[in-house]
Amino acid sequence: MSLEQIPHNFLTARLEDLVQWARERSVFPATFGLACCAMEMMATGAAHYDLARYGMEVWRASPRQADLIIVAGRLSQKMAPVLRQVYDQMVEPKWVISMGVCASTGGMFNNYALVQGVDQVVPVDVYVPGCPPGPETLFHGILTLHHQIRTGELLRRREATGAGAGIQLDQRDGTPSHVQPIPVRRKSA
Amino acid sequence: MGRLSGFRVTITQVFRPRVTEKFPQEKRPKPPRFHGRHVLNRYEDGMEKCIGCELCAGVCPAQCIYVRGADNLTDAPVSPGERYGFVYEINYLRCIHCDLCVEACPTEAITETKLFEFSFARRQDAIYTKDELLVDDEGRARRQPWELWLGGEDDETSAWMRATSSSGNAAYENRVAWSGELGFGVREPERGQGGDPGALPAPDQGGVS
Repeated sequence: MSLEQIPHNFLTARLEDLVQWARERSVFPATFGLACCAMEMMATGAAHYDLARYGMEVWRASPRQADLIIVAGRLSQKMAPVLRQVYDQMVEPKWVISMGVCASTGGMFNNYALVQGVDQVVPVDVYVPGCPPGPETLFHGILTLHHQIRTGELLRRREATGAGAGIQLDQRDGTPSHVQPIPVRRKSA
Repeated sequence: MGRLSGFRVTITQVFRPRVTEKFPQEKRPKPPRFHGRHVLNRYEDGMEKCIGCELCAGVCPAQCIYVRGADNLTDAPVSPGERYGFVYEINYLRCIHCDLCVEACPTEAITETKLFEFSFARRQDAIYTKDELLVDDEGRARRQPWELWLGGEDDETSAWMRATSSSGNAAYENRVAWSGELGFGVREPERGQGGDPGALPAPDQGGVS
């Protein structure tokens, strides 16, 4: 039984807050360093910035024990199915941070070999800019994700869009058009 | 003492100085030529420096800049030149902060701040429009709600430009060629690079120009 299926009444009114606080404070990232961004990702976990202050010091080598995947680096076309498989193996609730411009849009590598944005493969929750993002930038992205987990914004957004951030493109004529994200298959409880 | 000797390592760690930063409350000081997010500068009289020439868009290796120029109106000009930047957008999910746009800009319109703490929950936040990039009436960068600004980080916005422009070389000759900025005036040249300036050859004798 997941959190969303618990009926709201006076007994469970604060339960959602408690669960979201616990989720925020114990995000375990999966190791998915693809390129030079992984160096900055390691620096974020090291002593000077110390992700352990936010309960994130354990970088899980197994996706089944992780609930956050930080895609750090450029994603080649050959690596894309691997990313999708690692993402599918993670347990719900799970989040994705797209770290660096290569992961977010392909960056300066606008060519045939790289996926132009990992949100074509997995639903991304937070985009972190920079080439590579410094530890401060990644930390800011992680704190943004924490805030979204605590406020339940992601759960509401997933109800609305299916998964992830939901890509919205503003056309030149002013009409917004929604790009339907890749739906996440969920097992029925 | 045998079973306690292992604690010696632990106890000595306790008394060593702590290196961890209190990051969201404090930041480490940035180097003076750090590349952060851009600003579009204005002259001291409030006119915009950008003339819409699209050199920055042309030189950008990531093709993250989109500029469209327009002719200035004669009665209400936006920039002192003939044209001005009508649309100016930077996609920060493509920008690699190489500062080639800063070097290419003929009017020093675009420079980079020290702000690097930003992240986006929505893709459309990453495309900064001209309203977000242009400095405000005090010459300060406009702080967006998804950016983490602490203290006076927007004081130094053009150090990299001054260090790499032709008048910013180490053999400085008491005359700066860059223009003033709104809120800051004409900036002083950066001193002390390359050690003793007298020991460096002049630019016309094979020195760095």
